[in-house]
Amino acid sequence: MKAFARLLDQLSFTPARNAKLTLLQDYLGNAPDPERGWALAALTGGLRFDAAKPGFIRKAAEARLDPLLFALSYDFVGDLAETVALVWPARPGANREPELPEVVDALRTASRREVPQLLERWLDALDATGRWALLKLLTGGLRVGVSARLAKQALAAFGGVPVGDIEEVWHGQDPPYGDLFAWLEKRSEKPSTMASARFRPVMLAQAIEAGDFARYAATDYAAEWKWDGIRIQAAHENGQRRLYSRTGEDIAAAFPDIMAALEFEGVIDGELLIFKDGHAAPFGDLQQRLNRKTPDAKLLEKFPAGIRAYDLLMEGEEDLRDLPFHERRRRLERFIAGSKNQRIDLSPLQPFASWDELAQLRAHPPAGDPQIAEGLMLKRWDSIYEPGRPKGPWFKWKRDPRLVDAVLMYAQRGHGKRSGFYSDYTFGVWRTDTNGDHQLTPVGKAYFGFTDEELKLLDKFVRDNTVDRFGPVRSVRAGRDFGLVLEIAFEGLQRSTRHKSGVAMRFPRINRIRWDKPARDADELATLERMLD
Amino acid sequence: MAGFRQLLRNTPQGLYCPPGDFHIDPVQPVDHAVITHGHSDHARSGHGTVLATPETLAIMAARYGEDFAASTQAARYGEKIARGGVSVTLAPAGHVLGSAQAVLRWKDITVVVSGDYKRRRDPTCPPFEPVPCNLFVSEATFGLPVFRFPDAADEVAKLLKSVALFPERTHLVGAYALGKAQRIIALLRESGYAKTLYMHGAMAGMNALYQAHGVELGPLAPATDAERNALPGEIVIAPPSAIADKWARRFADPIPAFASGWMMVRARARQRHVELPLVISDHADWDELVLTAEELKPEELWITHGNEEALLRWATLNNIAATALEIAGYEDEAE
Repeated sequence: MKAFARLLDQLSFTPARNAKLTLLQDYLGNAPDPERGWALAALTGGLRFDAAKPGFIRKAAEARLDPLLFALSYDFVGDLAETVALVWPARPGANREPELPEVVDALRTASRREVPQLLERWLDALDATGRWALLKLLTGGLRVGVSARLAKQALAAFGGVPVGDIEEVWHGQDPPYGDLFAWLEKRSEKPSTMASARFRPVMLAQAIEAGDFARYAATDYAAEWKWDGIRIQAAHENGQRRLYSRTGEDIAAAFPDIMAALEFEGVIDGELLIFKDGHAAPFGDLQQRLNRKTPDAKLLEKFPAGIRAYDLLMEGEEDLRDLPFHERRRRLERFIAGSKNQRIDLSPLQPFASWDELAQLRAHPPAGDPQIAEGLMLKRWDSIYEPGRPKGPWFKWKRDPRLVDAVLMYAQRGHGKRSGFYSDYTFGVWRTDTNGDHQLTPVGKAYFGFTDEELKLLDKFVRDNTVDRFGPVRSVRAGRDFGLVLEIAFEGLQRSTRHKSGVAMRFPRINRIRWDKPARDADELATLERMLD
Repeated sequence: MAGFRQLLRNTPQGLYCPPGDFHIDPVQPVDHAVITHGHSDHARSGHGTVLATPETLAIMAARYGEDFAASTQAARYGEKIARGGVSVTLAPAGHVLGSAQAVLRWKDITVVVSGDYKRRRDPTCPPFEPVPCNLFVSEATFGLPVFRFPDAADEVAKLLKSVALFPERTHLVGAYALGKAQRIIALLRESGYAKTLYMHGAMAGMNALYQAHGVELGPLAPATDAERNALPGEIVIAPPSAIADKWARRFADPIPAFASGWMMVRARARQRHVELPLVISDHADWDELVLTAEELKPEELWITHGNEEALLRWATLNNIAATALEIAGYEDEAE
């Protein structure tokens, strides 16, 4: 348990992704089987117990420590599990420190009545970090800033294989993943990937660059709209239904409406969208669904989900991935036409004769769903379905971002490489209040889009023009006559009740720093409101 | 309690001994002061006379200049000094170099003022010496049951493990310039780390003073001579305020570490953007505070700066008469 606890402890303090990968790889390389397998399951969300309720944990602690002393401690620490981990009186030598596999085995077989005794024995034997890790494991949700995707990337780096290979075999494997580790340590063959309804690693597109248009012929490519939902893979094979995100996470629980609609036999690649009267709704509507792990009937009715299909990987038992796109497309069209379900439709191809014509379409999308598309997708007619992000067969050609001039209002220090810099910026636009005065209202936060040199200048500006501090946040001088204008680029704009300004941006970033522009000339909230999706 | 107050009482300047006419660690200038140790919230300049250990006097001279008091008197550990009818002895407190408890004997009463203390081994100063007493005046910086410090050697091992795992990055360890910094250096040396350790400019004076008093620190070099983006794979020790600020930018993708008892609580580490918290403290933790009180069994326990409330509660539960003194001016965060 010690090494696992130590790993969780360090991950929880480490903001940088690469450093997290290093920590994970080090752990995977040094922890024995089956401990590392259970740890991996815990990190990828495949191991949840919810065996101990906070109320019980608190009671157990108060039985060991005077309740007033406990209350004073809790008041100081502010987190129940952490308080218990810290105040639990050590009983050195009372019990042997449990190993992670022991804990997992015991919890899987223990009755509800036995759990409290087990827990107390373990808490007696562990140190403070061990107790903290155990309580996190038992109360469900590690929350140490590691996604399942990151854990798989660490696993791939540990074994020296592409992450796609991990994703492909993942759903056929069970914790503690003995076969997986044997393969990654080259002690055995790659585990079978023949499981039904398993995840197939997805093919991704490169962003198209200016020079590419001269290099590639327009006639070699099909174009379709780039839908603004989430990429999914829907599988139904041998009675097994699965819905995966593009990284292979199983997201079925959040979309029972889609699960019920998988009435075909095969594997579809497509975009998950909210459909309203047969039309795609903006991303903000989908966000309502993504926020809930298990939706209620009201939410399902208000935001019905569907799939806009753009590729067919399996038809029945036939693997289509080695067929060229034009053939897969023909099969997909027939497949969707044969399906009677309203929740699955086809992403239409957008005919064009030249790159110029396509550029016009991108700049002026026709009425209807293309209006809210993120741009265009280009797929080579002869391309096979190749996992990863190969250069050439598929391109994305995003719509130009929207731009707004905003004024820097607050700044916060960053993490990792930026820990000494004010690198997270909150910006606002002008709003006229009831007295006719111009006030800045915050509309978003950006922490990338600038160079290291620009960061230094921004940091200096923040330090030189701080007017107030609230904990880690600095308030920066910003008024009609003085302030720093930032040109903000963003992808979409939604109504939001959570933000004071009433709007929320997608992917805001700093496009340019307008040292030259007077703050009074920054945009008005009304300008932004006209850009609402 | 009234009996002890003839010998020791709380005043706006700090603890005062009327029959001996001196203050202990006064927070404002007074005529006669007894100073337990060199940290600036306990050892201020501008007093008339100062009685302290030779090491503490040297630390004060290094910090404030030779004329920090009108006159000084050095008392070695165990040496009896008469002040009015009161006998004053300084006993090791195990906190930092020169740190002492003030032991006051008057008529048949013994009072011990702990100053700041710890019970754990520290290679840079002699260990705390328990002195049986009628009244014990205890610090309570970490007077909450959440503070149960791990073994400092394990924390240093954690630092070295991280250095091995991230050889391309600089480990920047925040540590108080007097005491904590030298203890970490000594602990690193004990664990076999022989490489040069790099120091923020603010560390130089105290390091030299410790070395002059016979504390081995091994090879040290200034960190500030370094080029930009320098010292990958090295350990740099700096005051806590420097680790997350402009000064830190010169190093190679630094990992901010902080050696302090406060690092026991995760939110404290996060607030300071610490990525490698090291729970190493020069104060007594909860267990040490409680065990010391149990060991000394004083008739009364007075609790000075820190988290008094929990220790008061503990004393009540254990039938020890206890009072919290509210002494303004000691820094809660002083480590």
